[in-house]
Amino acid sequence: MSDFLTWEHLDGLIQGLYIIGGVLFIGALAGLSKHETAKSGNIAGMTGMGLALVATLLKASQNAELDSAENLRGVGVTLLIILLAMSAGGAIGAWRARTVEMTGMPELVAILHSFVGLAAVLVGINSFLDPNAPHTGPEATIHDVEVFLGVFIGAVTLTGSIVANLKLSGRMKSSPLVLPKRHLLNLLVLLASLGLLFWFMSYDGWTDDAIALVPLLAMTALALFLGFHLVAAIGGGDMPVVVSMLNSYSGWAAAAAGFLLDNDLLIITGSLVGSSGAILSYIMCKAMNRSFVSVIAGGFGSDGAVSGEARDYGEHREIQADAVADLLTNASSVVITPGYGMAVAQAQYPVAELTAKLRAQGVTVRFGIHPVAGRLPGHMNVLLAEAKVPYDIVLEMDEINPDLSDTDVVLVIGANDTVNPAALDEPDSPIAGMPVLEVWKAREVIVFKRSMATGYAGVQNPLFFKDNSQMLFGDAKDKVQEIIRNLPAQDRLPGGASAGTR
Amino acid sequence: MMAPARSPELVEALVAAKVTALAMDAVPRISRAQSMDVLSSMANVAGYRAVIEGAHSFGRQFTGQVTAAGKVPPAQVFVVGAGVAGLAALGAAGSMGAIVRAFDVRPEVAEQVESMGAQFVTVDMESEVSTDGYAKEMTEAQAAATAVMYDEEARGADIVITTALIPGRPAPKLITAETIAGMRTGSVIVDMAAANGGNTELTLTDEVVVTGNGVTIIGYTDLPGRLAAQTSQLYGTNVVNLLKLMTPEKDGVLTLDLEDVIVRGITVAHDGGSLWPPPPVQVSAAAASAVAVPEPVAPKPPPDPRSKAYAGAGLAVLFLLAATYSPADFLGHFTVFVLAVFVGYYVISNVAHALHTPLMSETNAISGIILVGGILQVGSTNPAIAIMATLAVLVASINIFGGFLVTLRMLEMFRKD
Repeated sequence: MSDFLTWEHLDGLIQGLYIIGGVLFIGALAGLSKHETAKSGNIAGMTGMGLALVATLLKASQNAELDSAENLRGVGVTLLIILLAMSAGGAIGAWRARTVEMTGMPELVAILHSFVGLAAVLVGINSFLDPNAPHTGPEATIHDVEVFLGVFIGAVTLTGSIVANLKLSGRMKSSPLVLPKRHLLNLLVLLASLGLLFWFMSYDGWTDDAIALVPLLAMTALALFLGFHLVAAIGGGDMPVVVSMLNSYSGWAAAAAGFLLDNDLLIITGSLVGSSGAILSYIMCKAMNRSFVSVIAGGFGSDGAVSGEARDYGEHREIQADAVADLLTNASSVVITPGYGMAVAQAQYPVAELTAKLRAQGVTVRFGIHPVAGRLPGHMNVLLAEAKVPYDIVLEMDEINPDLSDTDVVLVIGANDTVNPAALDEPDSPIAGMPVLEVWKAREVIVFKRSMATGYAGVQNPLFFKDNSQMLFGDAKDKVQEIIRNLPAQDRLPGGASAGTR
Repeated sequence: MMAPARSPELVEALVAAKVTALAMDAVPRISRAQSMDVLSSMANVAGYRAVIEGAHSFGRQFTGQVTAAGKVPPAQVFVVGAGVAGLAALGAAGSMGAIVRAFDVRPEVAEQVESMGAQFVTVDMESEVSTDGYAKEMTEAQAAATAVMYDEEARGADIVITTALIPGRPAPKLITAETIAGMRTGSVIVDMAAANGGNTELTLTDEVVVTGNGVTIIGYTDLPGRLAAQTSQLYGTNVVNLLKLMTPEKDGVLTLDLEDVIVRGITVAHDGGSLWPPPPVQVSAAAASAVAVPEPVAPKPPPDPRSKAYAGAGLAVLFLLAATYSPADFLGHFTVFVLAVFVGYYVISNVAHALHTPLMSETNAISGIILVGGILQVGSTNPAIAIMATLAVLVASINIFGGFLVTLRMLEMFRKD
C-alpha cells in the first residue's frame, strides 16, 4: 500500500481521474437538457463524483504518507475520519432525498445550497490557517485574494440560502423586508469588505501574522449579513430566480476553493455550476420581463403595487364543481394551467386523475406551464411528473399560447400573476410586459382560487372579471375531486341540446 | 313575456301606473347575463319540443336502419335559423338519428351548426359581388337564390323546423304556399315563429293545419309550456340569478342599480318614467380588448457596437497586464476556469424548461465537489483545521448524496405516454 502511495506516477493517475471526472460532469449537465438522456446524465454525474472521490482519497493518503514535517496525521486516521464524516453526511442526505415531498423541493434545494456555502467558508478559512500556504510574493497575494473571495461568496451563499429556505417553507414572512436605504447598505458592505481585503493582504499569513484573522472574520460576518439582507429583500414570488442565483453562487464558491487548493476539478465543476446557474437565472428573469439587477436588488411587488388596486373591473361570476364537470365533458380540448396554489393544495394527484379520465373520454387535455410558475424553476413539471402526467402533454408557455384561442375550457389551478392580462393591457401595472399565458382567449376559463386575494405580485387580476371566466372557490384539491365525482362514468353524452351556444 | 318592443301601449300603461317594471325578456345578450337570459332558456326547451311535436305528427322513425326485413331510410330534417332554438332543435333531431341540414343568414354560425353534427346549407350565388353599382340587384339575386334554396330544401325534407325571427318585426315568410304544395305527403313543418306571424304563408297561430296534399303545419306558441317542469326550473334559476345580481349586499334588499347594464336593460318603467328602449349594449368583448395598448416608451437606440469593442479591448489589456505579472500556475488554473465557464454556458443554454428542477438538484450535487477541499485538509494535526475540515466533509456529503438521489427520484417520475 505504502509503495503505491509513494509511487512517482501517482500524481499523474490522480490528475487523469480528475480529468475524466470533469468530462463526466459536463456530460451530466448536457444529458440533463433532454428528457431522453436525463437519466444517463445523472448516472454520468454520479460516476464522475465517484471517480473524483477516489482520486481525492488517494491524494489525501499520499499527502499523509509523504508528509515529513509532521503536519499531518497518518493515513489510517485520516481515512477513518473522512469515512465517518462522509457516511454520516451521506446518510442524512439520502434520508432527506427519500422523504422530501415533491412540493418541498424548493426548500430542499435551497438548504442544500447553504451546505455548499458553509463548506466553502470552512475550506477557505482552513486554507488560510494552512502552514504550507505561501507567505510572500505574488503567490501570497493571489492566495490571499482567493481565500477572501472564497469565504465571501461562501458566506453570502450560506445565509442567503438559509433565508430562502425559511421563506419557502413559510417560517419567515415571504414579503420583502425593506430596510431604509437598502441599496446603499449593500454597497457599504461591499466597500467595507474591499477595505478589509486590503488590510488582510497587508499581513503575511497565519503563521507570521495571526492578526490577519481579524479582517478575515470581520469580512465573514459582513458577508453573512449581506447574504441575509439580499435575500430577505426579495419577495416570495421571485424565489425561482433567487434559488437559481444561489445555485450559481454555490458554484462560484466551489471554483474559488479550486483556485485555493490548486485543484482543476474543483475549478471546472464550480464554474460549470456557476455559469449554468447564472444562465438559468437569466432565463427566469427574461420570462418575467425583469432585469436581473432589479430582481437581485429586491423589493418586487412593494414598489409599484399602487396601480391596479384602484381600477374597477366589475363583478366576477361563480361556478360550482358539477357545472365545471359538465363543461369539461362537453369540451373537445382542455388546457390546465397550474401555479403555486396547486402545489400548496397538493392537488397534483386529483388533477392527474381528472386528466386521465377526460383523456379516456376523448377530450384533448394539455398543460400550459409558465416559466416562473411555482417556487423553483420547473417546479410544476416535477409535481405533474410525480402524479404520473405524461410529459409530452405538458407544454411550455410559448408552445401553448397560440393554441389557447381554439381551446374550449382552460382550468387555472392556483395560478394568478402568470395568467394576468394586465401584464399586456396595462402599461402602468407592476407586471407590465411580463409574458403571460393568454388563457382569456379560450372559450371558457375556470379559475380555482381560495378567495379573491391578489397573487404574489400584489396585483389585481382582471382575468377574474372577464366575461368568459368563472371562479370556483375553495381548496383546489377538494374541488378537483368534486369535479371527478361529477363526471359521467361512461363516455361522452350524446350531443344533446346545449344551451347558450351562440 | 312583456315584450316591450312589440307592445308600446303596455309600456305606457306601466309608466302611468308608476310601477317599476322589469322585462325578463330584455336581458342584454352579454356573456355575464347569460345565466339570467330567459329567452335562451325558453328557446332551448322549445327547440327540443319542436322536434318532439314534429316527430309525433310525422308518425315514423327518425333513425335509418338496415334490417333483415328491409331498409328504412333516416328522416330528413331541415332547420331554418341557427339561434338557440334552432341549435337545440338540430341537436335533438340529430340525436334521434335524423339527417339534419340547417340554414342561417349569418354564415358565421356554420361552425356552431357543424359542431352539433348537422350540415350547414350554403346558398350558391354567382360571384358578381365585385361589380359596382349592382348592390340592390345583388340583394335581389341573393334573395332569389335563397328562396330557391328554401324551396329545394323544404321539398327534400320530411320535417322542416323554422325559427327565423327579426327583432321588432313580423316573422319573415320563408316557405311559400307553392313550396308547401310541392312537399311530400306526410311531411311536417313546425313553425316556431308562429307567435310573430309564422315563417310560412299557411301558418295559423296556435293551430295545426293539414294542407290538401297532406303536409302538417304546426303553429304552437306554447312549446316551452309543453315541457313545464324543466321550463319552470330553468326560468326559476334565471330569476334567482337576477335576484342575486340585484341584491349585491346579500341582505335581501333589492337594489335597482341603473348603472349596471343588465339592470338598466331590463328596466322598462321606473318612478313614473319610461326607460324603454335601453341604450345599446356592447355585446361582444372583442371590441374592448382591441383597444391598442400605447407603446409606453420609444425603443432605446441600439448601443453603439464600437463602445462594446472598446470596452472589450480595455478589459483585455487590463487582463494582459495582470496576467503578465501572475505566476504560471495561476494562469493555468485560470485557463481552465474560463473554458469551463463557457462550456457551462453552452451546455445549459438549451436545457428543456421542464428539467430545470432536476438540473438544479444535479448541479447542486455536483457543487458538493467542494468535499475535495475538505478531504485534503482533514488530516491536519492542527485540531482547528481538522474539525472544520471534518464539518465541511460532512455537509458537503449531505449535498452530494442528497442531490444525486433526489435527482434520480425526480427523473424516475418523468414518463412519456
